[in-house]
Amino acid sequence: MSLSVRTRLLVVLAVALVLAVAAVFYIRGAAARTTPSAPAASKAVTLDAGPALLTVTDRHIATVSTMDPAGPRTVSSVECVRAYAAGGTGVCLQPATPWTYKMVVLDRHLAPVRSVDIPGLPNRARVSASGRMIGWTTFVGGDSYNSGGFSTRTGILDTASGTLVSSLEEFTATHDGREVRSADRNFWGVTFALDDNTFYATMSSGGHRRLMKGDFAARTLRSVADNVECPSLSPDGRRIAFKHAIDGDPTRGWRLSVLDLGTLAVTPLAETASVDDQPAWLDGSTIGYTLRQADGRPDVFAVPADGSGTPRLLVPGAESPAALGVATGPNG
Amino acid sequence: MYLSTITRPTAAKGRGAAFVGGNVLALGTVSLVTDVSAEMVTAVLPLYLVLGLHLSPLAYGVVDGVYTGATALLRIVGGYVADRVRARKTLAGFGYALSAVAKLGLLAAGRSLAGIGFVVAVDRMGKGLRTAPRDALITLSTPPSELGRAFGVHRTMDAVGAFLGPLVALGVLAWSGQSYDAVFVTSFLVAILGVAVLVLFVRERDPLAAPPSASPVRVREAAALLRSTDLRRLFLAAALLGVATIGDGFVYLMLQRRTEIGLLWFPLLAVGTSLGYLLLAAPLGVLADRIGRRPVLLAGYAALALTYLLLGAPIGGWPLLVGALAAYGLYYAATDGVLMALAGPVLPDALRATGLALVQTGQALAYLVSSVLFGLAWAAWGPTAAVLMAALVAVVAGGVTAGLLFHKGRLA
Repeated sequence: MSLSVRTRLLVVLAVALVLAVAAVFYIRGAAARTTPSAPAASKAVTLDAGPALLTVTDRHIATVSTMDPAGPRTVSSVECVRAYAAGGTGVCLQPATPWTYKMVVLDRHLAPVRSVDIPGLPNRARVSASGRMIGWTTFVGGDSYNSGGFSTRTGILDTASGTLVSSLEEFTATHDGREVRSADRNFWGVTFALDDNTFYATMSSGGHRRLMKGDFAARTLRSVADNVECPSLSPDGRRIAFKHAIDGDPTRGWRLSVLDLGTLAVTPLAETASVDDQPAWLDGSTIGYTLRQADGRPDVFAVPADGSGTPRLLVPGAESPAALGVATGPNG
Repeated sequence: MYLSTITRPTAAKGRGAAFVGGNVLALGTVSLVTDVSAEMVTAVLPLYLVLGLHLSPLAYGVVDGVYTGATALLRIVGGYVADRVRARKTLAGFGYALSAVAKLGLLAAGRSLAGIGFVVAVDRMGKGLRTAPRDALITLSTPPSELGRAFGVHRTMDAVGAFLGPLVALGVLAWSGQSYDAVFVTSFLVAILGVAVLVLFVRERDPLAAPPSASPVRVREAAALLRSTDLRRLFLAAALLGVATIGDGFVYLMLQRRTEIGLLWFPLLAVGTSLGYLLLAAPLGVLADRIGRRPVLLAGYAALALTYLLLGAPIGGWPLLVGALAAYGLYYAATDGVLMALAGPVLPDALRATGLALVQTGQALAYLVSSVLFGLAWAAWGPTAAVLMAALVAVVAGGVTAGLLFHKGRLA
C-alpha cells in the first residue's frame, strides 16, 4: 500500500460520501413508491350476522356480499394484519408501534373493546362461534442474537371471564398419555368448539406437528393426530380442515385437507397448490383460504370440503376470510 | 475517532501510547461497519419473510438452520487457504465482499425460498471464510503480550456494530415507508464501506514484524498442527467450552419463565447480555494481559456455572434477572476473545489462520452437540434438573480445562 495515510483517508471519506448519497436516494425513492393509499371508509362495516364475508383488504378490515364476492366491498378504516370475526365479535392483530403489534377485540361496530400487547409477528387469529373466546398466534424469534430456529406463541382470551392465557406453553400437554415437557414445544393455530371450552391447536415438538385437543378450564392438551397444522373445526364440530404437510415434510409444501374426527380419515381437497393458511369454513361444506400470487398479493379462494370439485377464486386482492354469521357453527 | 488514531501509528508507537495497533483498530472498524450491515438484515429478515413475503415461520427456520454446520467446516477451509497463499487480508476481504453481494441477492431472490436460502448460505460462507484469517491478522499484528487487549478492543467494536445495526434498520424502515428493499440496499452500501476500509487500511503484515518464512504451507503441515501438544490441549479446551455451553436460546427461555417477565421483553434479554459483553470485553482483555489469560478464561467457566446455578436456584424476579444476565455477559467477555488470545502465540505464524479456525470450529461443533443433548435432558428431567446438570458439566469442564492449560504451564 503505497498511498499515504492522508490520501487513504480522503479516499475512504469520498467512498463513504458516495455510498451515503446512494443510500439516501434509494431510501427516498422507496418512500415515494410505497406511500400508502389509505382507503376511505365508504360505508360503516359491521360484524352483524348476514350473508357477508369479512376479509382483510390492503391491510384494512372489509366486508363483501357472499352473493357477489368479487363485487364492491365495504372497507373500514381499521388496520389489521390478520383479522377474524364470529358472533358479533372481531379480533384484529394490528401494529401498536412501528415495531410491535397488539391484539384488539372489536365489537360489532369495529370499536375496540380490549387490547393486549403481543410479542412477535402476527400469524393466526380466531374467534369462537359465540364470539366469547379469542385465540391468536404470533411468530417470535429471529431477533438478532437468537441464533437458529423460530418459535411461536399462542394466546387465548376468554372475553366473558377476562381470563388471559398469554402462551399455551403454560398448559399441560400429553402425547400417548405422557407429559410432553421438551423446550422445543411450539403451539399455533387455535380453533374453538361450540362449548367455548374445548379447542384444538397444533403442537410442534421433536419434528412432529400434532393436532392437540385442549380443555381451557382444566388447562390441559392431549394429542389427537399427527401431521395436522392450523386446524379449523367444522360448524358441526365433527371435521377439521387443516394444512397437511406433504409426506410429513413441510418444506415440500402443504395440501389442504379435511380430517374426520370420528374415523381420523384424511381427505385431500381439490386445491393442489400449497396452502400456508389456517382455513375457514365458509359454510358446512365449503372451505375458504388465502393463496398468494408470485409477487405476494393475496386472493381468497374457496373449495368444497369433501374433496370434490375445483377451487374457485372468491375475493381477489383479499386475505383472512371469515363468514359472518351464515347461521353455521364454530369459527364461521 | 478510529481513523484519526490510525493516521499516526508510528508516532503513537514512538510514544508507546497506542492502546492497540493500527491494524487492530482498522480490523475493528471493518468489523463494526460490517456488523452494522449484517445485523440490519438479521433484524428485519423475519419481518421480511413473514410479513413482507408472507412465507411461513417454518420457512424462516429452514432458511436459518440449514447452513450452520457447513459454515463451521468452511472456516477451516478459509483458514487453510489464507495460510497457504499467505494472503489473509485478501481472503478476509473476499469473505466480506461475498457477504456484501449477498445483501443485493435478497432483492433478486424475490419470494423464492430456494433463492433466499442460497443467498443466506452465500452470506454465511462469507462469514465462515473471513473469521479465521481476520483473527489471524489480529494476532500477527499484535505483540503476544498485548493480545488480550487487542481482541478485547476488536470484540467491543464488533459488538457496537451489532448493537447499531438493528437501530439503523428500524430508522431506514421508518424513513422509507416500510421498504425492506431499502434496508437491503442500505445494508449492501454499508458493507461496501467495510470492504473499502479493509482494502485501504488493513495491512497483511505489520511492517515491523519478522518476514514470513519462504516455503509455502502444505496440507501435511496443517495436519501436523494437531500433533502439537499445546494446540491439542487448546483444541480440547475450546471443545470443552463448547460442551459446557447450552445456548442462548435455552438460557433466555429459562430466564423468561423464572422471572415471569412479559414475553414482550424477551428480546431485551439478549440485549442485556450483549451490553455486558460490550462493556466487559476490553477491560477483561487488558486484565488477561496483566494477570494471565488462563485465570480469566477459567473465571469465564465460573461465570457460566454461576449463570446456570442462578437459573436453577429458588430465586426469581429482578435479582435473578440482573445476576444471571451479568454473569452470562461476563462469561462471554472472559472467554470469546481471550481464547483466541491464548491460541495465537501457540500457533506458528505460517499456520495461524488454520489453527485458529480449528479451535473455533471445535468449539462450535461441540456446542451444537451440547445444545441438542441439553434439549433432551430438559425433556427427560425438566428444566431445573437439566440446568443444574449443565452447571455441574461447566464446573467439570472448567476443572479439566484448568488441568489441561496449567499442565507444565507452557501456554501464555
